[in-house]
Amino acid sequence: MFLFYLESLMAVFPLFLKGLWMTVAISGLSLITATILGFLAGIGRSSGIKLLRYGIGFYVNLVRGTPFLVQIFVIFFILPEFGIHLEPFPAAIIAMTIMGGAFICEIVAAGMEAVPKGQREAAMSTGLSRYQQVRYVILPQAMRTILPPLVGQYVLLVKDSSIVSVIGVMDLTRVGWLTVQRIPEGMLVFGLVGIMYFAVCYPLIQLAARLEKRMSVGESRL
Amino acid sequence: MLEYFNFRVIAQYLDQYLIGLLATGWISLVSLFLALILGTIACVMRLSKNRLISGVSAVYIESIRSTPLLTQLYFFYFGLPSIGININEVQTGILALSLNSGAYIAEIIRAGILSVPRGHIEAGIASGLSFIQRLRYIILPQALGVVVPPLLGSAIVLVKDSSLLSLISVLELTRAGQILTSERFMPAEGFFTTAVFYLVIYAALKVFSDWAQKKLIFREAH
Repeated sequence: MFLFYLESLMAVFPLFLKGLWMTVAISGLSLITATILGFLAGIGRSSGIKLLRYGIGFYVNLVRGTPFLVQIFVIFFILPEFGIHLEPFPAAIIAMTIMGGAFICEIVAAGMEAVPKGQREAAMSTGLSRYQQVRYVILPQAMRTILPPLVGQYVLLVKDSSIVSVIGVMDLTRVGWLTVQRIPEGMLVFGLVGIMYFAVCYPLIQLAARLEKRMSVGESRL
Repeated sequence: MLEYFNFRVIAQYLDQYLIGLLATGWISLVSLFLALILGTIACVMRLSKNRLISGVSAVYIESIRSTPLLTQLYFFYFGLPSIGININEVQTGILALSLNSGAYIAEIIRAGILSVPRGHIEAGIASGLSFIQRLRYIILPQALGVVVPPLLGSAIVLVKDSSLLSLISVLELTRAGQILTSERFMPAEGFFTTAVFYLVIYAALKVFSDWAQKKLIFREAH
């Protein structure tokens, strides 16, 4: 019986590849949008404008304080009440962007705060504009602190993309869920799903660890 | 928007939400407790000089960290019955949650132990302290300051992750929102209320975590 299931699982294997592609597409796209949103919000958060700081702080806490599953439900089921109808795919991208942006914002803000105060003062006294200060002095130095947790956050994005399967996006987890209805070997089916996630996430985790080591070596050399 | 918000319905479903809140609370607590035990064991195994023992632990930690919780949950939910193990949804949920969180906690504890300088331990050995004394007076006091903040962070993550149990029909906070939504077709009332409950838990945990961190820093300074 097991062999029979194994054979039928092999027959639907192309579906799994499609699901993997969808997972990579969703996490890849939202990785870009979340990074942009996160950097903008992070820079805004460390700016001097009080209203902006509080606004962004509110957004970050709202996202960090609720499960991603609830955020997806809110975006997918409540927006139609206000006349905004979204297909599952764009809804998933929006939800992932909002969620990822909040976490990346925290990473960026922490990184910018880690840059010694003297650097900003020196930049100011050389007559650089606000934009120039951030662009040429603060951010390049902050990147050292930002990069390792940022890659770690990308791993989380790939893993959290599994949750968008609940609104009907045909990602890897959704394919597994549909398959297990017909091939009742849960360990086999979700073992395969897990291996495919592993293939994406494990190299990223290793990359984050290596970056962390490299960056801390660079720091001690200073 | 507030004039459309139907508070009466929420009041009707309030006991549903309270049951859900209670379930989210005790499931998270039990899972956290189990994860702490599991994480400590995995961490001790990981630091072992025996390659087989540390290898087993590494496989556990890496495979958990590289796959989404939802996949792990489905793996047990659909997989355990197919190998003849029948446990209910709540038990399956607690199993998946504590296995998941245990892997992260193992890494947190490992980072804490490795943060104690080797020389301190050697100095303890040289001055004739026993293993228990070294643990009690040298390793733990230093490691605790490194371990406690991320540990509280993973407690917050655990509470949010427990929302996924709603997908295997465990009645907790998110499920309560789903029930209201599907019975009354009021997603805004259903999911916003759920979100508010999570935010309250988050705020409470965050206040506690900030307080604990301050306490720790205070103690370290002495």
